[in-house]
Amino acid sequence: MKHFFLASLIAGAMALPAFAADYSIIAPAGPGGGWDQTARSLQTVLQDEKISGSVQVINVPGAGGTIGLAQFASQNSGNANALIIGGYVMVGAILTNQSPVTLKDVTPIARLTGEYEAIVVPAASPIQNMQDLVTALKADPGAVSWAGGSAGGTDHIAVGLIAKAAGVDPTKINYIAYAGGGEALAAILGNQVTAGISGYGEFEAQVKAGTLRLIAISSAERVEGIDAPTIKEGGLDVVVENWRMVAAAPGLSAEQVAAINADIEKVVNSDSWKEILKTKGWQNTYLAGDAFKAQLDKDVASTEAILKDIGLVK
Amino acid sequence: MGTFEFLLQGVAIAAQPMNLLYALIGVTLGTAVGVLPGIGPALTVALLLPVTYKLDPAGSLIMFAGIYYGGMYGGSTTSILLNTPGESASVVTALEGNKMARAGRGGPALATAAIGSFVAGLIATLGLAFIAPFVVKFALSFGPREYFALMVLAFVTVSAAFGDSTLRGLTALFVGLGLAVIGIDQQTGQARLSFGIPDLLDGIEVTTLAVAMFAIGETLYVACQGDRIPEKVEAVKGSVWMSKEDWARSWKPWLRGTFIGFPIGAMPAGGASIASFLSYSTEKQFSKHKDEFGKGAIEGVAGPEAANNASAAGTLVPLLSLGLPTTATAAIMLAGFQQYGLQPGPLLFATNPQLVWGLIASLLIANFMLLVLNLPLIGLWVKLLTIPKPWLYAGILLFATLGTIGANPSVFELGMLLTFGLLGFAMRIFGYPIAPVVVGLILGPMAEQQLRRALAISQGDVTSLFMSPIAAVLFAVAVLAVVVPLILRARGKGEVLSQFAANED
Repeated sequence: MKHFFLASLIAGAMALPAFAADYSIIAPAGPGGGWDQTARSLQTVLQDEKISGSVQVINVPGAGGTIGLAQFASQNSGNANALIIGGYVMVGAILTNQSPVTLKDVTPIARLTGEYEAIVVPAASPIQNMQDLVTALKADPGAVSWAGGSAGGTDHIAVGLIAKAAGVDPTKINYIAYAGGGEALAAILGNQVTAGISGYGEFEAQVKAGTLRLIAISSAERVEGIDAPTIKEGGLDVVVENWRMVAAAPGLSAEQVAAINADIEKVVNSDSWKEILKTKGWQNTYLAGDAFKAQLDKDVASTEAILKDIGLVK
Repeated sequence: MGTFEFLLQGVAIAAQPMNLLYALIGVTLGTAVGVLPGIGPALTVALLLPVTYKLDPAGSLIMFAGIYYGGMYGGSTTSILLNTPGESASVVTALEGNKMARAGRGGPALATAAIGSFVAGLIATLGLAFIAPFVVKFALSFGPREYFALMVLAFVTVSAAFGDSTLRGLTALFVGLGLAVIGIDQQTGQARLSFGIPDLLDGIEVTTLAVAMFAIGETLYVACQGDRIPEKVEAVKGSVWMSKEDWARSWKPWLRGTFIGFPIGAMPAGGASIASFLSYSTEKQFSKHKDEFGKGAIEGVAGPEAANNASAAGTLVPLLSLGLPTTATAAIMLAGFQQYGLQPGPLLFATNPQLVWGLIASLLIANFMLLVLNLPLIGLWVKLLTIPKPWLYAGILLFATLGTIGANPSVFELGMLLTFGLLGFAMRIFGYPIAPVVVGLILGPMAEQQLRRALAISQGDVTSLFMSPIAAVLFAVAVLAVVVPLILRARGKGEVLSQFAANED
């Protein structure tokens, strides 16, 4: 009997490494938002697909994710079980907050999902398409008020890029920042502002019900299932994608990074992940390794340029 | 099928024994997690949502509704017993509720909170079922200037309702407003008064300030009194149940709280904290026992708790009819709906009537379960207060600290908790009310953002603030709230008024 216990203990101990790692994922935002949902989806898939035994999600909210990022980078050096969710909003926040910790201080693993920006106007608005909006913007930039998410975030950057492409001084745009897409949506529906800009998912239900008119989407080409021209078709060379990523701690060995990469790849290829993307309306923009790092550097450089143009970064 | 048939059908499904069991499990889980200090309803729902995924849609909706209501009620339990509000909306509950608890009336305080939540939840859920479309229309007519006018009204009535000295009340309010400007400015993304400290970039967390001011300040105050003061904490005085007088004093605040909470909750930028503040100042106006306010008036628990719960049901109005999540909790609920392929929005009532009415019926059932579960537990909860004072306060310190670290794991946050605890201690010693500090921190940023949005939209035209009928009416009421007491005082009724003004502590 004693031997049996011993044997089962050893067997148990040997079985454990089958679960590569017990990850803990930092969602650098409060519960409910996109990063929190990404972290919890990742948690669900890692556990359901038996890639990891137990996964913990910790919310460290604040300042566009820079608080969580700073804490993550300083406390987890060399810890291969720690992951953090981040995204395009973090790139902007690092710049506007002059955060001492940047994405260079962590190990970017992969871009996971993305969402395109949608530009909408209330159904009663005289503005019918992107050209009308650009004409109004050129005539008097201050008279066109845009409702969107936090200042310096993806929505704000997109408006800055649109103004710049239209030949309007980006510092003159009248951008009204809201805590999130929801509050901005109420302002648009209530005819308080000229136009609204946010992730397409925020507006989808209203667009389908006909209370909002979708005039453009910020993708490079038309997106299947979304009945709207791109901003490019409207005559402005602007493409914006609000992507989300997962990163690992600094100071990891090449093998450790490879193991995390393999786990994330398993997640992305699983059916349950695909199902989650579908229900949440996220685009699969999986990009890993050096290709992702190169893309990240490009995004940081272009974001810095436009934030300087808008006047948010000196 | 008409509204009523749909609702009946929904109730019939939700009342099946298995579904009732799910509701009970949900309420129990929600209450158990919500009772942990520092964990508000949003986090409770986020933590427990995955539990519901394993069930069929009807069962999971029902359990979810239970978790939601349970989490909210659990939060008010700790506010009342331990003075550690887990979210900004329970700050007001802690104000009078904890005073009641320490006067041996914790039982009635918990009971009026539970029954008030039930009454408010019931009326507001029915309101959600029958008048949601009209409420939405009204709520959407609120733009930045109307919200600003609403905030001004809240400021005026709330600051008048606290403390016996206007000057001390205003001083405390401005301390709160000063703290409120710390952090990243939402309109420009620039950091203000953060002195290069990253932890200050997001401003000061309301719950940290509230827990520090209420719980830590209180503990220090009690500790420095040593043995000089007689044992004031009485666990139970009289019945743990509500007396006839308690009922008589509670039912009107429940109803008033409901009618304040539901429409304000339905406003995309309203929220439960404003509703609970307005309810508190309303109750103080209407109460025949104004002298008890600040010392544990049951109206001050009944009204705000009802307003809080009604506002939570109100939140579902924009969520279900517009697909608009207006609070963190609502955003998590939206994520929950998407699991069942349910896309809240204008088409939801047309495309998925069974699920919508199922949810509304679930809310009714969960609300009922909450009452069934919690009323018998009240006797148990108040036993907490029979713990000897040193242990009780040590426990409060421990839970306040745990709650703060749990919500935001950082050493700096802990430092802020202690610093604000010292501030609360000092304010108590020098006779300043502490609630206005918290009110300033909650309402200040909302008022500022709405004013600046309104001015940005009008491109700097100040007169446009008064050009909307709703805003004009709200401003007029605010002016009246200031002027009428002055006139009363001038006509020699000042004595009555100052007699009414209660000592905060």
